[in-house]
Amino acid sequence: MNGFTTLLMRDLRLVLRRPGDVGVVLAFFVVATVLFPLGIGPETNVLARIAAGVLWCAALFAALLSLDRLFAADYEDGTLDLLLLAPWPLELAALAKCAAHWIVTGLPLSLLAPVLGIAFGLDGPSPLALGVTLLVGTPTLSLIGGLAAALTLGARKSGALLALLALPLCVPTLIFGAGAIEALAAGEGIVTHVAILAALALVALATTPWAIAAALRQAGE
Amino acid sequence: MVPPLLEVTGLACRRGGRLVFDRVSFGLGAGELLALTGRNGSGKTSLLRALAGLTPPEAGTVSWRGVDVAKDPETWRGRLAWLGHLEGLKGDLTVIENLLIAERLRGGEAGDRLDGALLAFDLNALAAREVRTLSAGQRRRTALARIALSQAPLWLLDEPLNALDAPAQAAFRTALQSHLAAGGLAIAATHAELGVEGRSLELGPTLSSTSPPPGGEEG
Repeated sequence: MNGFTTLLMRDLRLVLRRPGDVGVVLAFFVVATVLFPLGIGPETNVLARIAAGVLWCAALFAALLSLDRLFAADYEDGTLDLLLLAPWPLELAALAKCAAHWIVTGLPLSLLAPVLGIAFGLDGPSPLALGVTLLVGTPTLSLIGGLAAALTLGARKSGALLALLALPLCVPTLIFGAGAIEALAAGEGIVTHVAILAALALVALATTPWAIAAALRQAGE
Repeated sequence: MVPPLLEVTGLACRRGGRLVFDRVSFGLGAGELLALTGRNGSGKTSLLRALAGLTPPEAGTVSWRGVDVAKDPETWRGRLAWLGHLEGLKGDLTVIENLLIAERLRGGEAGDRLDGALLAFDLNALAAREVRTLSAGQRRRTALARIALSQAPLWLLDEPLNALDAPAQAAFRTALQSHLAAGGLAIAATHAELGVEGRSLELGPTLSSTSPPPGGEEG
């Protein structure tokens, strides 16, 4: 087993030891979304119109919730030094950490969102389309969030700083993710939006691991 | 006379604008141990981190078999076993899981050597315990078992005897001696006597600590 898979499996195993951490993220996602109908009122056509935007924003916040521990835990117990000293590229380690984060947050959020979409009054192919856009868009959130987590490593109040760094960078993904459902409602397909989301994910994939590795090396000095 | 495997020339390190140590030079051959001594803050940990490549040195070179290690950092990292003042163990994983995963992250496979490492540090009874339930000394023993397992030619150890009781210190000595006997090298920062035959290097306050940095202040 190579370093990448070892690290990915280790992080997943650590999550399994504390399933509550993922539970909190998913519960936050559900509670945050349910607040909107309570605040706005139960008008179905209003709710159906805002559903995609609300669910996308809530997914973004939920993904950020667990990010501040992504590298901080390794930094505090000294395992980050072992990754810095591993005889394979740190960029791969960064990618493995982000992949593990996506598997335990982005993936379950994408599966949960269509159900909440139906509760919001989305009908026809819209709930499924929402799930698809989240599935393609959330990897970008994990990668950008990973970069913010690496940059704020060791800083005080790193959670708030992390959100300030990551949220603006996630705006394009948010626009095209929520926009896809509106396009679907307007009778257009979602293919263009999904393609742009995939392109954003690929750009993040091709750039963030190097930036994360550089930030981690800086933190390790 | 065989040239030393590891050769350090004119190494200097700056932390927060202050020169921690300057012009550190030594050579270390197969089977040799170097104990780093000196007061708190004399730069023992910084020297270890600079040797490992975790901190870029201000000046000087580290070479292995005559080749500057900065040219191929990945190969260099593969030659190192690192024990910092933090153990590098995951609290939620068991002793065995920690050892197996650490070895795989180094690109190796523990295999049969795992039993030997557990036995050497008397960890058999703790093998299935989660590390967060262990005492400081037991954690240190697990971390040392990780080093012994690694088969890396150069051990870099920061205060290896910390928190260890007498039997564990003896176990560490045995492991270190067999590593050296097999042609390995070790550099250990320590306050206590290691109890193993070796050279020592005392780091002291640098006289030139007030000199301005040549390349401007670091961030």
